[in-house]
Amino acid sequence: MTNVFEAFSGETPSLSGLLPDPTTDAGWSGDHPKRVGFFTDTSVCIGCKACEVACKEWNLVPDDGTDASDLYRLTGMSYDNTGDLGASTWRHVAFIEDVRPHGTATTGHMPSGLPAITGGAPTRDAATPPPGGGTVDLLALLPDGASGATGGGIVGAHGQQTPDDERDVRWLMASDVCKHCTHAGCLDNCPTGALFRTEFGTVVVQDDICNGCGYCVPSCPYGVIDVRESDGGAHKCTLCYDRLGEGLEPACAKACPTNSIQFGDLDELQAAADARLAELHGRGVEEARLYGRDPDDGVGGDGAFFLLLDEPEVYGLPPDPIVTTRDLPEMWRNAALTAVGLGAAVVAAFWRGRK
Amino acid sequence: MSDANPAEMPERARIDHDQVKPRRDSRRRGRGEELQVPEAEFRSYYGRPIIKAPVWKNPDVPLYLFLGGLAGSSSVLAAMARATDRPTLRRAGRLAAAGGAVGGTVFLVHDLHRPARFLHMLRVLKPTSPLSVGTWILSPFATFAAATAATELTGWFRRTGDVTGVAAAAIGPALATYTAVLFSNTAVPVWHEAHRHMPILFGASAAAAGGGAGLVFASVRDNEPAARLAIAGAAVELAIDEKMQHDLGMLSDVYDKGRARTLMRASKTCLVAGALGALVGRRRRWSAALSGLALMAGSALTRFGVFDAGIASANDPAHIVVPQRERLRQRQETTNTPSDRTTPSDRAFA
Ligand code: SF4
Repeated sequence: MTNVFEAFSGETPSLSGLLPDPTTDAGWSGDHPKRVGFFTDTSVCIGCKACEVACKEWNLVPDDGTDASDLYRLTGMSYDNTGDLGASTWRHVAFIEDVRPHGTATTGHMPSGLPAITGGAPTRDAATPPPGGGTVDLLALLPDGASGATGGGIVGAHGQQTPDDERDVRWLMASDVCKHCTHAGCLDNCPTGALFRTEFGTVVVQDDICNGCGYCVPSCPYGVIDVRESDGGAHKCTLCYDRLGEGLEPACAKACPTNSIQFGDLDELQAAADARLAELHGRGVEEARLYGRDPDDGVGGDGAFFLLLDEPEVYGLPPDPIVTTRDLPEMWRNAALTAVGLGAAVVAAFWRGRK
Repeated sequence: MSDANPAEMPERARIDHDQVKPRRDSRRRGRGEELQVPEAEFRSYYGRPIIKAPVWKNPDVPLYLFLGGLAGSSSVLAAMARATDRPTLRRAGRLAAAGGAVGGTVFLVHDLHRPARFLHMLRVLKPTSPLSVGTWILSPFATFAAATAATELTGWFRRTGDVTGVAAAAIGPALATYTAVLFSNTAVPVWHEAHRHMPILFGASAAAAGGGAGLVFASVRDNEPAARLAIAGAAVELAIDEKMQHDLGMLSDVYDKGRARTLMRASKTCLVAGALGALVGRRRRWSAALSGLALMAGSALTRFGVFDAGIASANDPAHIVVPQRERLRQRQETTNTPSDRTTPSDRAFA
């Protein structure tokens, strides 16, 4: 942890930038365990969601549906019925149905953006929201039932109506999780100390401390952590802190049948990821790229990083996240100066006042 | 979507799908000019939000911001009025400071999803957390301001009241401006990118509110400093708001639609009317009071508008993707070494 003086006086190394050992920076003694993490290789993910289920079961995470109309959480956009990470979803399998005109996806190269099919309404692709909100009105998707019930001007544009020979479809699947950032906005902003860095270098919420202020929620540049309305506390992936203590790997990694989710010491995972990337590039899969692996990115690198087959935003990930506290010293300076200015303005208002 | 129950988290549920959609017709080309990329060209995961919008409650949090600002500037007004012997302004300032601080604390506690654990805020002091620092600003301020108001009302321990009044005034301005850091130090684009403007906006808004309260409650014999402060605050607030929205570029679109637009417009109207009223009408009791009310309303509406804009910004994936893509592109241009780890050069943003 930073001391008061450092945090208020400009450059604090621990707010942003390269930080090889966040665990020691957080106050653990030098002989703590090595930093652990996840390497999620989405190129072998089959979208089975075993990780989501294993996570829920091990961590006793409650149902994330709230009412009958939300039954099964049909999102109507793809086979993703979870939507996003949240207080009760600590692993989330994104499922992207990547639709493009025929012949443009033959190689590893992909066109920038997803052009609409010629003629008629645009297809539902990764750049188009599901009609009418988070859940889909199934009736409205029927060819004749599309009378205005679907919002957003996408009427009768469901996939089945377009002849298959006009399009190529590619499925992208990726299991998303808390990134366990080197510089974690949620942890920096937590006013109670409920969020802390463990001896394994991960970021965990202590539920018995959290008072539900919700500050961590908009502080996360990835939109991971959230407040659970049923108990008022903030929740997210703990990287199975309890299992780590017993020398076990996290439930999701254990359950993953394709080894898409790999758990281990972070440095070894990074080496494995670099090798995997080189192998894929060697095989001509040009679009493969690592996400969150660079220790000098905006959050100092992620403890959980990914191999993606498209741009991060297609998977719902921010393309260039920066921890908000990077700018905090400047913000404090500005606020302090403004406070002085405000005080001076009030004093000045009394200047030569007539009574 | 998370497991948020829409009934209990109204802000979260209110995703405007007009905003979430890729927008092909930008109503305001003018403001987005610094941005080279057309707004429509961004990709996202089915148009879903990327970051989570704040779960802070409305109206609790905007009201807390307003009351904190009101209390902060009022405490200084009161201390100065005491020093320059303006009894009605002193009284008005002290009561506004205490009322704002106590009311603000109530809203802050009520905003928690586990209010019974409010005191957990006081188990650490974390300079990296504006909410932690703010709690440590608010707690002593509320204590001093409440003590001062108690001596004012009862007439007991007047000397002590003067001392605690000065102590509150020393902390007050920080209470008025730290809330800007509270908002800016998040991943919400329209708040974070305005982190140079927000302290000035909130400080000026606090001056308008405190001066307004002085106009409402002090006698016309004493209210000149309050009128000056309020007019200056309103003027600075109007100016910095313009500058902020200009500098935000494409992000400022959230101030141009929906409820945020209505609120910001109403705020401007109130501020202009109140400032003009204070300028010409402070010598008449009723017009001074009306102007003061308008100024306070303008200040409060600004906080509500900024809050709404932040929710809309967080729910809009374009606010995350487009500026970050632009940042990557610029970084690539300057270093001229493609950062192929995240973006192969062939996929660099158009
Ligand atoms: S900021 Fe978000 S991604 Fe990073 S550790 Fe916190 S919850 Fe996880």
